[in-house]
Amino acid sequence: MSTDTPSTPGNDPPSRAELAARIEELEEELASVKDAESSGGDKMSIIATKGTLDMAYPPLILASTAAAFGYDVTVFHTFWGLDILHEEHSKDLKLSSVGNPNMPVPNVLGALPGMDKVTTSMMERRISDNDTATIEELIETSLEMGVEFQACQMTIELMDYDEDAFFDDVETGVGAATAVEDMAEADIQLLI
Amino acid sequence: MASDFDVAKTLDCKGESCPMPVVKSKSAVDDLSSGEVLEMVSTDSGSISDIDGWAGGTDGVELLEQEEGDDLYVHYIRKTS
Repeated sequence: MSTDTPSTPGNDPPSRAELAARIEELEEELASVKDAESSGGDKMSIIATKGTLDMAYPPLILASTAAAFGYDVTVFHTFWGLDILHEEHSKDLKLSSVGNPNMPVPNVLGALPGMDKVTTSMMERRISDNDTATIEELIETSLEMGVEFQACQMTIELMDYDEDAFFDDVETGVGAATAVEDMAEADIQLLI
Repeated sequence: MASDFDVAKTLDCKGESCPMPVVKSKSAVDDLSSGEVLEMVSTDSGSISDIDGWAGGTDGVELLEQEEGDDLYVHYIRKTS
């Protein structure tokens, strides 16, 4: 049996030196947290999954606006969201005439052949009449502001798209892990 | 509409709607030197709230004043850093 007095941590008040060391430790930790905060900057991560004319707007408007706030913005485009980054398809995005009961066209008529064309040109006219920015303008503006657009490699192959068909500066060869990494670092994450 | 500020640059955003007035203001402010004032003229009624929100949430800019005229919204923004 040991005759040593068992140490009883917690019972003795910490010495002045111990407290000073602890304070120094905490100050260093606080400084490193502050460093990480200021050097990282604010980040926003958007996942764009839709390719209809109406659903192409929200990710682009939010991305360019957040960039104006000074956010580092990444928009990861997957499935139909790829069409927003597709140079040709993006000029020809459609508005569905069915599935939205707020449309002025009843669903039963909306299902008739050619109705998507009617509702799309109706919307395009409104966009033009209201001086709303076009999809192309928003993409160009966002790129100028430093927004990073990514095109999901898996869906590029699934849709059989040519990688060169996307706007210049669109990043290809990225997957879900890149998106998750961006989301983990971001202050704002949105799935659209 | 006379301004009390020494305006370094005027940005015309007439006829443009969200998000362009904010986005173009940001680019215009980037081109200014610290302390200079940007005058941004818009016809978008939403620009009053949007420019206020943007300036409040963005480092390096200060909203000095907003004026409302005949369908015209004029904003004075100072670059602070």
